[in-house]
Amino acid sequence: MERGTRSKARSLLPVAELERVTRTYHMGANEVRALDELTFAFGRGEYWAVMGSSGSGKSTLLNVLGCLDRPSSGHYRIDGADVSQLTDDELSVIRSQKLGFVFQSYNLIPQLNVLENILVPLFYQDEPPAGAEQRARALAERVGLGERLAHRPMELSGGQQQRVAIARALVNEPSLILADEATGNLDSQTALEILELLDELHAEGRTIVIVTHEPDVGERAQHVLRLKDGRIESVVRDQNPARDSAAEDPSPDEVRQAGR
Amino acid sequence: MKGPSFLRTVRLGVSSLLLHKLRSLLTTLGVLFGTSSVIAMLAIGEGASEEAQEQIRQLGSKNVILRSVKPREDFATGQQTVRVVKYGLTDEDLARVSETFPAVTRVVPVREIYEEVRKGERAMNPRVLATLPVYRDVTGRILAEGRFLADADLAHTANVCVLSDEVAHHLFPFESPLDQEIKIGGDYYTVVGTLLSRVRPSSDAAPAGKSTAEVFIPLETGQKWYGSMQVKLRAGSREMEEVDLHEIVVETDAAENVPLVAAACREMLARNHTQSDYELIVPLELLLRAEETKRIFNIVLGSIASISLLVGGIGIMNVMLATVTERTREIGIRRALGAKRRHIVMQFLVETVVLSVGGGLLGVILGLVIPIIVQATANMRTIVTPSAPLLAFLISAGVGVVFGLYPAARAARMDPVEALRHE
Repeated sequence: MERGTRSKARSLLPVAELERVTRTYHMGANEVRALDELTFAFGRGEYWAVMGSSGSGKSTLLNVLGCLDRPSSGHYRIDGADVSQLTDDELSVIRSQKLGFVFQSYNLIPQLNVLENILVPLFYQDEPPAGAEQRARALAERVGLGERLAHRPMELSGGQQQRVAIARALVNEPSLILADEATGNLDSQTALEILELLDELHAEGRTIVIVTHEPDVGERAQHVLRLKDGRIESVVRDQNPARDSAAEDPSPDEVRQAGR
Repeated sequence: MKGPSFLRTVRLGVSSLLLHKLRSLLTTLGVLFGTSSVIAMLAIGEGASEEAQEQIRQLGSKNVILRSVKPREDFATGQQTVRVVKYGLTDEDLARVSETFPAVTRVVPVREIYEEVRKGERAMNPRVLATLPVYRDVTGRILAEGRFLADADLAHTANVCVLSDEVAHHLFPFESPLDQEIKIGGDYYTVVGTLLSRVRPSSDAAPAGKSTAEVFIPLETGQKWYGSMQVKLRAGSREMEEVDLHEIVVETDAAENVPLVAAACREMLARNHTQSDYELIVPLELLLRAEETKRIFNIVLGSIASISLLVGGIGIMNVMLATVTERTREIGIRRALGAKRRHIVMQFLVETVVLSVGGGLLGVILGLVIPIIVQATANMRTIVTPSAPLLAFLISAGVGVVFGLYPAARAARMDPVEALRHE
């Protein structure tokens, strides 16, 4: 199948690759190792859930993956480029070009409307792509908010806000989508809708890492990475063969979207 | 940052500020008063100096003017209904001034004649001044029509006169006054020319608003017909006055010598007059006085302006620091979505500048109104030059930049991870 072979060829190069990444914090006299010589690779087109109890290092991992934090030692590569020693400005560029964030509390900017919120990541690119606004409109349409472009976040429900956040995470065509407890603030029905949206994105071939402590969220992902004390506790690959094969056999509609 | 995205930053700043309208308005008050004081200060200063310049132009910067002043009335003699008061500058004073000082180039005596001026049914009471032909040249008056007095007029004690604009318009509303006859007191005079009017300077001797209507006749003619003894009609009483000369205009060879000549004249007059029946007007001193007024205004309004701008700036900084704390999360979000530090600096700096410039614009409006009020109530001339609002505007923008830098830098210094975690 066309999509399968292409993703296989591209997956030779992992999207995000950690090599002996350590992140230490100083708490007074104590030194805490939030990440301890972590070596791991997130392949292209994969959908990972990162799980673990609080203090396991999963938030730190997310911050490092999201280029919000720098490893104390070790190397972190995105699309093959080492970003572990980049300056603050260079990391900002990586974030604006390669990464999409979805947060637990949606984190939309209250004084901007839906369309403007979706456009924020492009605002910070040195060369904003042509047709940015059309793209943002299409994404709003895609997440079912095409009719609410002029609404402020306050006027939307939690689920709608999170959809806007997902559209925002997609607007810069990121290599990696990072979701931090993306369903944590939502009721179970709305959470399900959001997870279905993430499934769709995965089916399109996007790389997603979702950090969660909710087992049912973790179960929906393709693969699960469990952390404990900053180290890998377990790795489960292809935990849902049935669902994934469904994803491997996409409907014609999904093929069209993936091909974009 | 590119043009469109800068505009977007400005728009974002405006909309963020509009979220808290009252707070934003109150924050701008300091800058508002600061900028309006700057404009008012410049307008009043400019007006004062313009007025002084004009006085100098009219009186002549090289001139010293001596004037007769009637001494204070003595109540002991005030009971008489008819009496003779002798005072003022004398012909001897004139001779001394013109002969003693080498720096003096020309001396022009002026006598004032208290007579009514008529043309048919129309009558008025201008100052009738008997003087020499050089008067016009020394005082720099400008001829409107015809000619000024000539030496020949003096030689023939001719009955000719020159009218100031105001008199000409009043007596001859529909025709040229040239070669027409008017009646001064009981005698007929032929009009030979007219002079442009001048706004009377508001000195102590002549309060502003006093008539500028003047009629000039040859000195000899005046002396011949009216002598030095004149009757002045007052309400209910007649007064005899004996005054040789009402005014002596002393021209010096250069403006630098004016203080010297003025001092010498003052000393000379003090020695020869037993009563203070004269005054000295030195246009240059008027200028100095105007400059002094301007300086005081500048100090007062300048202090008000700087204090308001300082306090206003601190107020803005305070509010912006609060805003930055309040919007820590927004900063975190923006950073996570790819904003560089300078984007955050720019965002908050622009917001501060929008705030202070908003206050500045309101201040410009107020600053344009204040001079109008001052002019109407305090009878002071004010001039708003186009550069004043511009300067005030730039100052307000500068205040925004100066006091916005720290809050903006603080916003940009935040750690994205910490900022995102902020509630």
